[in-house]
Amino acid sequence: MDLSAINPVLLIASLMVAATPLLLAAIGELVVEKAGVLNLGVEGMMIVGAISGFAIAVESGSPMLGFAAAALGGAVLSLLFALLTQFALANQVASGLALTLFGLGLSALMGQSYVGIKPPATAQLNIPVLSDLPVVGPILFGHDPVLYFGILLVALVWALLKFSRIGLILRAVGESHDAAHALGYKVVTIRVLAILFGGACAGLGGAYISLIRVPQWTEGMTAGVGWIALALVVFASWKPWRALLGAYLFGGITVLQLNLQAAGVAIPVEYLAMSPYLITILVLVILSADKSRAPGSLGKTFHASQ
Amino acid sequence: MIRLEKRAEPSQAWSLATPLVAVLATMVVGGLLFGALGTNPVEAIRTIFWEPLFGEFAFYYRPQLLVKGAPLVLIAIGLSLGFRAGIWNIGAEGQYIIGALTGAGVALAFYPLDAWFIFPLMVIAGALGGCAWAMIPAILKTRFGTNEILVSLMLVYVAEQLLASMSLGLMKNPEGFGFPGSRNLQQYDSAHNAELFAGTGMHWGVVAALIAVIFAYVLLNRHMLGYQIRLTGEAPRAARFAGVKPARLVLFCLGMSGALAGLAGLFEVSGPAGQVSIDFNVGYGFTAIIVAFLGRLHPVGILLAGGLMALTYIGGEIAQSQLGLPAAAIQAFQGMLLFFLLALDLLTNFRPRIGQTREAV
Repeated sequence: MDLSAINPVLLIASLMVAATPLLLAAIGELVVEKAGVLNLGVEGMMIVGAISGFAIAVESGSPMLGFAAAALGGAVLSLLFALLTQFALANQVASGLALTLFGLGLSALMGQSYVGIKPPATAQLNIPVLSDLPVVGPILFGHDPVLYFGILLVALVWALLKFSRIGLILRAVGESHDAAHALGYKVVTIRVLAILFGGACAGLGGAYISLIRVPQWTEGMTAGVGWIALALVVFASWKPWRALLGAYLFGGITVLQLNLQAAGVAIPVEYLAMSPYLITILVLVILSADKSRAPGSLGKTFHASQ
Repeated sequence: MIRLEKRAEPSQAWSLATPLVAVLATMVVGGLLFGALGTNPVEAIRTIFWEPLFGEFAFYYRPQLLVKGAPLVLIAIGLSLGFRAGIWNIGAEGQYIIGALTGAGVALAFYPLDAWFIFPLMVIAGALGGCAWAMIPAILKTRFGTNEILVSLMLVYVAEQLLASMSLGLMKNPEGFGFPGSRNLQQYDSAHNAELFAGTGMHWGVVAALIAVIFAYVLLNRHMLGYQIRLTGEAPRAARFAGVKPARLVLFCLGMSGALAGLAGLFEVSGPAGQVSIDFNVGYGFTAIIVAFLGRLHPVGILLAGGLMALTYIGGEIAQSQLGLPAAAIQAFQGMLLFFLLALDLLTNFRPRIGQTREAV
């Protein structure tokens, strides 16, 4: 075992990369849940985003076009969820599960001819002096644009939810859809928009895995990241900045665990690979005492007649 | 304009009709999907639904129907109990793996002893293993209020890693020339879950599935606990006033579904699969969720739905080899079925009205 092989600067830099898919998916789901909808289909939307982004990036040669396609792919899939839960009034838990099962099958189908291909590389930010600084350079100024976009998105969501009128209406719909409806807000429209936003974010997160993090396409490659993102929203108590913190924490565990595997620690690989999931459970247990933060109408079906 | 009017009572007719309509709708849309993939849609649907039952090689495929259907029905019966009460165990895949590991563990520990009590012991160990794995989310939920959906799902990934570790390490066949995977239980008579009648596909797992169906039917219709499960699902507030203890229900529903999933895993590892290997689990735990909903969470419905889903599995394999239809297509097909089912369920609880709204309600 050689722990000195682990370079702390690279560790932090790769931690940010590992955390970004989680962060993107979690911030989208956070908005969805703030609107009172529980979409358990994050994993399905991520994997469909991963393959849509990958396919378009390979075909067009442009990673950015790929990311746009991924967001679109995730949003289209989430539209199915919106139709089921908002118009067909189906149970949200079951619909979310259906979305995940369908998404996994669909993505495998779409990705058949893309196994073993390398996607075009995403350009990294390169600011002449800053990116070459020791320590600070690779951590703060040496990443791809999507990573910065993720952080920007957190700030945007935070500001919108907290200070804007749209944010206020969204939260009202999530806290009590009946009251919001009585005030004349279009509950269903707002929820559908939130679901689409969540789908687009999850799609982006998926594409980040297939285009930057791994980067290649394999079936089921999201491997539970979507589910961890769902746990992350609970961890964050539905607060954007805490989602960022949580994502970096989980990203850190994943990267550290991989580094320990590479360094040849005496713990078997399988047990190290379990750790992110076990720690997610542990965190859920610790945080589940505080239920007060959850939006009041979370997971409840709304119909104007009731 | 179409608007929806809530029915005073859920429609009995639509409740029975939706699964059938959903299957038909899936055939049509799935056919279009297969068509888009360059396969003749009619041929594909015929291969999936007709070939296994009445085709040229039906004598080979019909037994497979039982082999594939049994684990699905076993798991789905357990899941349906919880789903009815709003307790969401979606980690059956993990409980299935753990049941197989504990069951096979017992067999491997006794190897090469030849005794009648080994198989019964394995059955008990499998059920207990699955049950224990499901008790983790159950106890965390009752003690700390942790979300059982996320915990049970996380444990699937943990179980998969454990399976990999076992088939590469502790349970690896010492005479296996270094290949991953345990000893083959099919070659160990005392532990082999053999066919009860040769060539029928009928093994102990099928018997267990049938017993589970009857047991669940009696429980839900003739027993206090079953009544409490249904009451909690349909009217949680009324259930609380009636003195139903939610914690007890959570422990029972999760424990029971875990035990049944563990049993399914044990019967699979000791019979059709034969050994513990890295790719032992094939997603029965997730497909069983579709089976449970397709069967309307009703024991008899689940039995039928399990048969249908087994049919799509086998038909999918045939379509794969004969028509070159990708394996993933059938997975998407199964997911689509659940979509249609959930969407059409609207008609059970609401009545669509076409025309102008008369007045504000």
